[in-house]
Amino acid sequence: MFKPIRRLIGSLAAAAAIALPLATGAQAADDTIKVGILHSLSGTMAISETTLKDVMLMLIAEQNAKGGLLGKKLEPVVVDPASDWPTFAEKARELISQDHVAVVFGCWTSSSRKSVLPVFKELNSILFYPVQYEGQESERNVFYTGAAPNQQAIPAVDYLMSEDGGSVKRWVLEGTDYVYPRTTNKILEAYLISKGVKPEDIMINYTPFGFSDWQTEVSKIKAFGSAGKKTAVVSTINGDANVPFYKELGNQGIKATDIPVVAFSVGEEELAGLDAKPLVGHLAAWNYFESIDTPANKKFIADWHKFIGKDTRTTNDPMEAHYIGFNMWVKAVEKVGTTDADKVIDALPGITAPNLTGGVSEMLPNHHITKPVFIGEIRADGQFDVVWQTKGLVPGSPWSPYLPESKDLTADWVKLKCGNYNTVTKTCGGSS
Amino acid sequence: MADAASLTPAVGLKNSMRALRRLLPLIALALALFAAASGAARADAFSDALPGFAEDSFSATDTALKAVATSGNPQAKAVITALQNSALVFDPDSKAVFIKADDGTLLDPTTGKPAANPPSADNLQAVRLNNRIRGALDDALGALTLSSPDRATRLAAADTVFKSRQASAVPALKAAIAKETDPEVKRAMLDAEAAATITDTNAADADRVAAVNVIRDRADPDALALLTGLSSDPSQAVRDAAAAGVASIKNALAIWGVVQNLWYALSLGSVLLLAAIGLAITFGVMGVINMAHGEMVMLGAYTTFVVQAIIRAHAPWLFDWSLAIAIPLAFLVSGAVGVIIERGIIRFLYGRPLETLLATWGVSLILQQGVRTIFGPDNQQVGNPSWMSGAFQAGNITITYNRMWIIVFSFAVFILLLGVLRFTRFGLQTRAVTQNRSMASAMGIRTPWVDALTFGLGSGIAGIAGVALSQIDNVSPNLGQSYIIDSFMVVVFGGVGNLWGTLIAAMSLGVANKLLEPFAGAVLGKIVVLVFIILFIQKRPRGLFALKGRAVEA
Repeated sequence: MFKPIRRLIGSLAAAAAIALPLATGAQAADDTIKVGILHSLSGTMAISETTLKDVMLMLIAEQNAKGGLLGKKLEPVVVDPASDWPTFAEKARELISQDHVAVVFGCWTSSSRKSVLPVFKELNSILFYPVQYEGQESERNVFYTGAAPNQQAIPAVDYLMSEDGGSVKRWVLEGTDYVYPRTTNKILEAYLISKGVKPEDIMINYTPFGFSDWQTEVSKIKAFGSAGKKTAVVSTINGDANVPFYKELGNQGIKATDIPVVAFSVGEEELAGLDAKPLVGHLAAWNYFESIDTPANKKFIADWHKFIGKDTRTTNDPMEAHYIGFNMWVKAVEKVGTTDADKVIDALPGITAPNLTGGVSEMLPNHHITKPVFIGEIRADGQFDVVWQTKGLVPGSPWSPYLPESKDLTADWVKLKCGNYNTVTKTCGGSS
Repeated sequence: MADAASLTPAVGLKNSMRALRRLLPLIALALALFAAASGAARADAFSDALPGFAEDSFSATDTALKAVATSGNPQAKAVITALQNSALVFDPDSKAVFIKADDGTLLDPTTGKPAANPPSADNLQAVRLNNRIRGALDDALGALTLSSPDRATRLAAADTVFKSRQASAVPALKAAIAKETDPEVKRAMLDAEAAATITDTNAADADRVAAVNVIRDRADPDALALLTGLSSDPSQAVRDAAAAGVASIKNALAIWGVVQNLWYALSLGSVLLLAAIGLAITFGVMGVINMAHGEMVMLGAYTTFVVQAIIRAHAPWLFDWSLAIAIPLAFLVSGAVGVIIERGIIRFLYGRPLETLLATWGVSLILQQGVRTIFGPDNQQVGNPSWMSGAFQAGNITITYNRMWIIVFSFAVFILLLGVLRFTRFGLQTRAVTQNRSMASAMGIRTPWVDALTFGLGSGIAGIAGVALSQIDNVSPNLGQSYIIDSFMVVVFGGVGNLWGTLIAAMSLGVANKLLEPFAGAVLGKIVVLVFIILFIQKRPRGLFALKGRAVEA
């Protein structure tokens, strides 16, 4: 007797469950502009990406305090792709098709970016990618606010080859095994050979994500560095494998004055969990350091500490990249008066926004931005001392002139409407 | 009034003595002036160099540092030490340089006394350091501290001079060698002198060849580096001696390299042993495939983190004991969770291996998410006690303390387990149930209790493994995932029912992995080992040390 009633209640509940979110969803779409945040909050990359989610929440809250955008409030939509590259694509699709976000700020590893590219192309949305990467890419739907190799890797190697950097003659390229270190090391190897370094003076090693038994690798580095020439390590190790790597360097007594290590993916955030005293003097190359003393940076750090409620939380380069990217997106949307993807994509090149180190960054037609380059040495407190910097801002250039497959390519989404235009054959190359 | 007749020898002598006595003050004055002049010259070189620190350029600091180090001024060491400790400050407006003492007072670098008119502290900047300056500081201090009363300082100084090979340090070296009584320090100083002689192209060939032979006997990577650099030397004799030396050192280092690799293999094997031995016990006794085994390790690591957090907050002096305190706690925590899992879930799934696999997989996800909810998804910082940090040299191999203690610990755990299984009543019952469950039950052994306690024991051992692993790996909710595959590989390879099988399997896999890694790299090495195990269990499905007699039944 109760069965039909139970079934009725069940189907009513199901109908309500389906209808309610649709109703509220539709209502929400009218009142807010949704901003997608696609960063790993768990897994091997959480050590680096969690803080990027937090800074996006802060930027959105600050913009809402200024009155929002186009008269509407901004609503953050946070998902956790859990350091799993296929899940990145799944979550990106969810953000764009189901949550109807106007823009996505996300990704760290190049594997995650390559995984979401088809989704952004198919659904025509916008991705702001804040992390230094290997270049060899320029997509219409992506805006790269992190460093291209000519804004990080090449200047770092130049510094090490200079007298101040130690006049390094022998090189160990140590990376995690995925596309970013593989491509960057290809570029660096070609660059070093073009500068007269002999192939036997270059050693390239790869290790998997999350690698923790560094004894053999560090021992190999020590042995390679005992050939009588000054040796340095260029590290493209990503994620929490860096922690046991630096611990092993410290334990085996490799000092920065003997074999300096310059890292491209280690910043204040990754050092926060380490005892930095044995690492003093090792280097990192970025476009921003928390220790840089400008009024804009001081204000940003103060606002950040107030927002996150903890004075010990650090700021780093990818956070500055999100700061610049978010401000550029807001300006572009205000310029065209809509969040429509095509109009915003066309409006972004030429937009300028201040960075935190006293300069003004500009979005270029190749969807990269202008950034200063800083080389910093690790201090005992986990911060960086800037030991070298470029005089002005360096424009990002995605296609490396040191590799045969890319030296004739250029990207221009304003005049040529192409991300990989071949200047020799004068044709647009198709997929990168 | 002397005339030739009156200049007898005696008178001549008296006259000379009188003349000398009259000249004496003049001579003394000349000597004093000379000393003052050279002292002033030294002080001049020193004071001239000081403003270089105020230029805020690394090249200027480097030049000033080298000038100060070779000036011979007694204050040089104080200035150099201050620079190394970032206590050398300058006023950008007046270009005056000061040493900042520990209590904040500004000292005049030329005298070491408090400065006369110190500017306000806000205006002052510290002289910046980079790697190049730090290297130059080490070299400078090395030369200056060769006669320090502290043995460790003298040894470090000798090593620094060996690396820097400064010819200017040789006189100080010779003086120090003459006074040195400690054999190890004297050996280091003689090596340093030999290194300086080799790089001095003005020295005689015979001396340099003798120096090459001294360096050849040192037979370590630094010696190899030094002799390899001589391959383009102008002198034929030196080139030949260096080539012979390089060949001999390379041979010695190759042998040491094998020993070092075996050490790494031993440490990797011990880690595998610790992680897998709990699994071997539970799989051996009950045939249960426990996918939550990695999470037991993770719980042990988090227990260590909690213990350290409490110690840091309430009793920081106990930090070096934190691991000793964490071990029994981790055993209890993981063991308790293991018993709960067994009594709550696995008990109902005996004889159904697929369901057990799925159920324990689900438990592992629940445990991971539970830890993530309580502690957050980020890595937690577990500190190394002081006796676990650093390394020492045994011959030519580097032995890091953390790995050494983990090897000792894993063997201790292994022997303890052997003892428990061999000598306790519980161990006897466990062995009986492993060999023949139905017969053991017929003999009156309460198999459900044995199952629960065995699962608890296996999980507890995994917890202890987690304490050890927290010292060398990141502590995150995903810690278990890194070790579950390796644990299963060891158990499958080694066979069940025999702890010695687990030991042999763990060590063999460690050796195989580490022998492959220098040639094939870390990624390919792991792949090759996995393929080898797959092929191996085609031939021997039960593993290396399969249990003889009846098959293990659920």
